[in-house]
Amino acid sequence: MPDLAIRLRAVVKHFREIVAVDGLDLDVPEGTCVGLLGPNGAGKSTTMKMLTAQVIASSGEIEVLGYELPAQSKVARAEMGVVPQLDNLDTTLTVEQNLRVFAHLYRLERSERAPAVERALKIAKLEDRRTAKVDELSGGMRRRLLIARGLVHQPKLLLLDEPTVGLDPQVRQELWALIDALRSEGTSILMSTHYIEEAERLADTVTIMSHGKAVATGKPSELVLEHAGREVLEVYGPPARLAQAEQEAVAAGTRTRRTGTSVALMGVEGRNGDLPEGVRRTANLEDVFVLLTGEEVA
Amino acid sequence: MGRTADIPLAGVPRPRTRGRIGRLEPAAIRGVLVREITNFGSYWRSTTFSSTIDPTIYLLAFGFGFGSLVSKVGGYDYVDFVGTGVVATAVLFASVFPAMFGTFVKYSFQHTYDAILAAPVDTEELVTGEALWMAIRAGTYGCMPLLVAMAFGLEPRIDMVVIPAIAFISGFGWAAFGIMIAGLLKSIDNFNYVTSTVITPTFLVAGTFFPLSGLPQWAQIAGNFNPLHHTVELVRHASFGWEGWADVAHLGAILLFGVVMWRLAIKALERKLIT
Repeated sequence: MPDLAIRLRAVVKHFREIVAVDGLDLDVPEGTCVGLLGPNGAGKSTTMKMLTAQVIASSGEIEVLGYELPAQSKVARAEMGVVPQLDNLDTTLTVEQNLRVFAHLYRLERSERAPAVERALKIAKLEDRRTAKVDELSGGMRRRLLIARGLVHQPKLLLLDEPTVGLDPQVRQELWALIDALRSEGTSILMSTHYIEEAERLADTVTIMSHGKAVATGKPSELVLEHAGREVLEVYGPPARLAQAEQEAVAAGTRTRRTGTSVALMGVEGRNGDLPEGVRRTANLEDVFVLLTGEEVA
Repeated sequence: MGRTADIPLAGVPRPRTRGRIGRLEPAAIRGVLVREITNFGSYWRSTTFSSTIDPTIYLLAFGFGFGSLVSKVGGYDYVDFVGTGVVATAVLFASVFPAMFGTFVKYSFQHTYDAILAAPVDTEELVTGEALWMAIRAGTYGCMPLLVAMAFGLEPRIDMVVIPAIAFISGFGWAAFGIMIAGLLKSIDNFNYVTSTVITPTFLVAGTFFPLSGLPQWAQIAGNFNPLHHTVELVRHASFGWEGWADVAHLGAILLFGVVMWRLAIKALERKLIT
C-alpha cells in the first residue's frame, strides 16, 4: 500500500520474558500526523525504535515508506527524519556544525549541504546563533535545533519521540506551530507523546497504546465521543463522598474515572435529575486515555 | 514560531535512493568521520599536548634514568631503543583509551550512536568509521616519540617513513579492541579490570623498555601473542634495519589482529546497539 508512510501489522517484541509490544497494528497515512499516546511502559518508545531498526521485532510486519523492515531499513532511514526524546546534540560543536555533520550523515551532495544548513537554521530560528556552541543554548533552542537537525535532508516522514517533554508552555506552543506547519506542507509525522493536549492539537488520528497493544484508534474528537460522550460531570468532595458517587454511578451504568481530586462521570449530556452535584465540562481525550489505559500505571 | 510559509520545511520530493545502498558504504563511513573530525576541532589542543608530553616523559625517565645504568641494549643505544619502542606505547594510548571510554560515553551518556544509527548508517559502518578515525590519530601521534627521540640524537633514516603506516595498522586493531571492550562491558568502572589485566602487561611486556630476550622462555612465547610487541619490532627495524621474513611475519600479525578485532568490535557493538 503506497499511500501509507508507516504500516505495522501484528508486531510483537519480546525482551526476554517481557512483552513490550504485543500484536500492534498501526497506520500512518501519507501526509498526516498520527499521535501515539500511552502511559509510560505502554510500548511507545519500543515502537519508535523499531521504525529505525534499532529494535528488531520478534514477529510481525513493518513497512516504512514502502520499504520492508528490517531488511531495507537503511533506505527507509535515508528518507526519514528522527527527533529523539533525549537530546543527543554534540554539545561542544556550534549550531551550524551540528547541522553540517548531519547533512553529511544523510548524504547530501556537496552543493546541497550549505543551502540545507541554512534552511535548517531558519526552521530552528537560530540564524543569529549559528556560531554559538550548543552548550550555550536554552532548552527551547536546543529542542528546535534537534528538530531542525532531523529535517536537514527534507525527509518525507518525521518521527518525533516526545517532542516537547520538559519544556515551558511558551516553548511547547512554538514547537507545535512548527510541527503543524510541517504537516500542512505534506510531511508524514508519527509523534509519540504522553501529553494529551499535544496529541489533541496536532494529531489527525490518535492511537492509544496500553500494555503493548493499540486499544483505540481514531480522530481525537471521535474517540472522545465514542468513549466519554459529550459532557463529563466532575464530583468533588472528601474521599468517602467520591467513593459513594463512584459506586452509584457505576451501579447506574455510567462510566467513571478518577481525576485525582474528583470523580468524573462520563457521557452525562442530557441527564439531569439523577446526578449528584458537580461541575460539568466538555469531555476530552484525557478522559478517554484514562478510561482505556487504566487509572493506575504499573 | 508561527507559520513559516516562506521556508520550504520538508516534503520536497527527492530521488528515492542515491546510488546503491549496501554494506560498508563509503558515504556512511565518511559521515562518521566528518562527525569525529568536526568534534576534534574542540579538543585537539589537549590531546596533542598529552600525546607529545607523555612520550617525552617516558623517554626522559627511562632513557636517562635507566640509561645511566645501561648504555646499550640489544646492540642499540638505550635512548634510541626506548625512543623507538615508545612509538608503540603512544599508538596504544592514542587508540585503546579513546576507543574504550569514548565509545562508552557516546553510547551511554551522550546517546550519539542513537542519532547516527537513525541516519542511513549501520553499526558495521559506525564501528569502521570510529576505528579508522582513531587509527589516523594513532598513526599521527605515534610518530611524536620518534620526533622527540630525534631531538635527543636518534638518527633519521629514510625507511622510517613507513612508521606512520605501522602505527595506523596497529592503532586500528587497538581501537577496535577498545570498541569491543566498550560493547561488552556493562559499566565504565569495569574498564579497570581490562586496563590492569590486558593493557598494562601489554605495554610493559612488548619489548619497549627492555628486550623480551631477557625474559623466561614462557614470557618470550607469550610476547609473540602481543600485537604491541610486533609493532615495537617493526618500528625498530624500520629505524635500524629490516630483518626480512621476520618483519613480514610481524606485519602479518598486526594485520591479523586488526581484522579480527574489527569484526569482533562490530559484533559486540551490534549486540549492544541493536536489540
